[in-house]
Amino acid sequence: MKTETMTDVARNRMLLAKLSLAALGMFGFGYLLAPLYDRLCGAERVTQTAAKDAARPVTRVDSSRTVAVQYDANVHGSLHWSFRPLQKTSQVHPGELVHIRYEMTNESDQPMIGQAVPSYAPPAAATYFHKIECFCFQNQALRPHETKTMPVVFLIDPAIPGDLPTITLSYTFFEVRPRKSA
Amino acid sequence: MQVALDNVPAVAQLPRQGGILRWIRTTNHKDIGTLYLFFSLSMLLVGGLMALTIRAELFQPGLQIVRPEFFNQITSMHGLIMIFGAIMPAFVGFANWQLPLMLGAPDMAFPRLNNLSFWLLPFAAVLLVASFFAPGGATAAGWTLYAPLSVQMGPGMDMAIFAIHILGVSSIVGALNIIVTILNMRAPGMTLFKMPLFAWTWLVTAFLLLTIMPVLAGTVTMLLFDRHFGTHFFDAAGGGDPVLFQHLFWFFGHPEVYVLILPTFGIVSAVIPTFSRKPLFGLRSMVAATCCIGIVACAVWAHHMFTVGMPVAAQLFFMYSTLLIAVPTGIKVFNWLATMWEGSLTFETPMLFAIGFLFVFTIGGLTGVILAIAPVDIQLHQTYYIVAHFHYTMVASSLFGLFAGTYYWLPKWTGHMYDEKLGQWHFWLTLIFFNLTFIPMFFLGLAGMPRRIPDYALQFTNLNSLASIGAFGFGLTQLLFVYTVIKCIRGGPRATAQVWEGAKGLEWTVPSPAPHHTFSTPPVVE
Amino acid sequence: MTELARKLAVSALLQPALAFAAGEPSLGFQPPQTVVARQIVDLHALVLSICIVIAAVVFGVMFYSIVRFRKAAGREAKQFHGNTTIEVLWTVIPCLIVAGIAYPATKTVIEMKDTTNPDMTIKITGYQWKWRYTYVDDGIDFYSSLSTPRDQIENQAPKGEHYLLEVDHPLVVPVGKKIRILTTADDVIHSWFVPALAVKQDAIPGFVRDSWFKVDAPGIYRGACTELCGKEHGFMPVVVEAMPEKDYRDWVADQHAKSAATAATPQ
Repeated sequence: MKTETMTDVARNRMLLAKLSLAALGMFGFGYLLAPLYDRLCGAERVTQTAAKDAARPVTRVDSSRTVAVQYDANVHGSLHWSFRPLQKTSQVHPGELVHIRYEMTNESDQPMIGQAVPSYAPPAAATYFHKIECFCFQNQALRPHETKTMPVVFLIDPAIPGDLPTITLSYTFFEVRPRKSA
Repeated sequence: MQVALDNVPAVAQLPRQGGILRWIRTTNHKDIGTLYLFFSLSMLLVGGLMALTIRAELFQPGLQIVRPEFFNQITSMHGLIMIFGAIMPAFVGFANWQLPLMLGAPDMAFPRLNNLSFWLLPFAAVLLVASFFAPGGATAAGWTLYAPLSVQMGPGMDMAIFAIHILGVSSIVGALNIIVTILNMRAPGMTLFKMPLFAWTWLVTAFLLLTIMPVLAGTVTMLLFDRHFGTHFFDAAGGGDPVLFQHLFWFFGHPEVYVLILPTFGIVSAVIPTFSRKPLFGLRSMVAATCCIGIVACAVWAHHMFTVGMPVAAQLFFMYSTLLIAVPTGIKVFNWLATMWEGSLTFETPMLFAIGFLFVFTIGGLTGVILAIAPVDIQLHQTYYIVAHFHYTMVASSLFGLFAGTYYWLPKWTGHMYDEKLGQWHFWLTLIFFNLTFIPMFFLGLAGMPRRIPDYALQFTNLNSLASIGAFGFGLTQLLFVYTVIKCIRGGPRATAQVWEGAKGLEWTVPSPAPHHTFSTPPVVE
Repeated sequence: MTELARKLAVSALLQPALAFAAGEPSLGFQPPQTVVARQIVDLHALVLSICIVIAAVVFGVMFYSIVRFRKAAGREAKQFHGNTTIEVLWTVIPCLIVAGIAYPATKTVIEMKDTTNPDMTIKITGYQWKWRYTYVDDGIDFYSSLSTPRDQIENQAPKGEHYLLEVDHPLVVPVGKKIRILTTADDVIHSWFVPALAVKQDAIPGFVRDSWFKVDAPGIYRGACTELCGKEHGFMPVVVEAMPEKDYRDWVADQHAKSAATAATPQ
């Protein structure tokens, strides 16, 4: 509908409609920013399944250089567990499959379920860190005073650029509470 | 400029209803403008009381007046009330009064929506202030409401979220109205480049509001859901990320500060040419600079987040974009100076505030350039340097613009000249006390004093005491402003239609006070 | 006359500006104790000087106009509204200035983010409302809380010299070693800040972030939490005690000996 042939009121209403659509679009854009952030900021998500990384083909090992990988463990306040890596650090060749273990103990008198959330420092290292097997892929249930050791199997992508930082792989265990009725 | 005047005498045009009902049901842009202005003035005083409480506590080290929990509530609410309750509605009040008059339109495009936009505000304000009385008190997470702290807050946070939603709807509807009015309802012959810069700055501001307010609405909705409905947008335990909140919030928050200043640019661009008796220098580049600022404003947000641990590339991008936005902003200052240059200047109160604005805005803007440098910002982030910087740009600059505009247009709105002596006192006392309050804060920040703390280490005492004294002076001076405004409304020397010798624009072609209905027949602009 | 006035104004502003930019504690940054801190002080001095010059020009033009172009003095307004040459100049020159500032700033940004080849790593966890320091290599772990007595805060007792900037267990580090810090938090976002060392890193629950510092000289350096974290946000200071490496080693041995009593005991 050509604007010149419309009445003033109709022209105003048409513009209002278009602008309102734009505003609504921005509301949707706000929500879209959440998954966009995940995609662009490379943060690893618990919801990532093991399948993606496990299907990764075996890559060549770059023996000419090593990365220092540190292992860190944190427990979030309400979860009464102790949690530690069984080794503090490794020197790793990019492409090499690395096996390490973490130990977790339920210090309380109740059975508890925990979920480990990984984090990397520096954050850019996340894109080169491929976990093949990890206790963070599922919830971990521990009976009172039970201790478990669980593995992490990973490799560092050989495409990681030249100047290699010390990479810290850190987990924080959070308590998984029974779901509230939503 | 040839103009066809309305011939109906002012008296005959008053609305049929009087009293409270008139104000509740009005769809007249002048009435609604008046409502917005009174509302924002009362919010300024409420927010000001909170500021004085803060400064009273910070006068000396130690906890004397309020508990830390309550201090955090006051700080958070001071920010929310000043931004959403005082500054934004004041600018909308100016838009309502002035845009139809400047554009030669009979009213805003959607008068009933206009009424709705206003009346949502007192409701939201009551909700916000009432949150102090919720269990646990008002939100104490800062006006920035970072998760997970805001997830921890009590029901006062939910009241604030609800209030923010309402305020957002009011802003969005208002922005829609303003855009349609500016684009569709200009008098014949008034091309976009013939309209005053105030209309341009409001056009860009309104588009910014449409872009950012819905994102804020989404953000606080996500926060509400994390608080009550089991989602984990901002919670690492469920696969979320607190930093996502900061990205979302500042995507709104940074353009918001331009929403808070662009209309001032428009006001000052009307005042300075009038009192220099020459046209605004470089209208086209002013328009270009305004649009540039509006666009680049959406690409600088993470300069509020230089300490979260972003990768180098991101730090550099946001540092460069922030430095870039300094250029169009600086150009505007140069244009205003060039407008004054070789003019024929007089210094009535509006001009005093406009020149005062140039002074404080230059300081605020240049400290912004300093903060754009990421390593320097990392030292100064969340210290009092930031508090000083944003009060220079927001209080000093936005508020001085509002004062300039008020004195400038009061005679047109009321038909009386305000008391010039009182206006001058208001200006000088405001300028002096404002600087006394906030200059010490730059040094406090450099020395390492964090913000949002109710108590501080001993080496910060003297500068804090100075700031507190300045704050009380500044606050009390604004009572003088209230008195001057009310005195002008009630009476004073008669104002002519022209009011100011150098004033140009359609609003100066109608009588003072402006009749209740103006430009029912659109003027023809050559 | 106005030329002279302008020059005086510029120097009057520059003097204190350069003085505080050089790090006098009462007026400017705290004295820098690391290479990065010194770079930041210098960067700030550079940009501030440029800003002062710009401000002097702006205020100079402004005051000149106020004095010379008064209607009361009989001036007529000259009706011009544009000048392409000057507008191009005042667009291009700020762009060049901004580009000039960006270059040294970029170098410092890159250096601040370079956590490669650290000599040791310390994990810093923010709690409501205290810090926890975990020495990853040396196996030490303890909490650090504000030690200023409550009655000083409540104005019942005179305030001590390091009021609100003292803790029971400071972070002890060796001088001259590159220390990589990992920050995280247990509850809400905190931020670990030591002004003299120019380190500020947000501590985000569920995530680790890294930064680094290398202290030049022994001493005690005090800082604070700089992200609003609840009611005691102003009461969880940071204290770093830097000592020569040999003394640091002695301290580590001492901590191991005391480890049953001090390791991971919540205060």
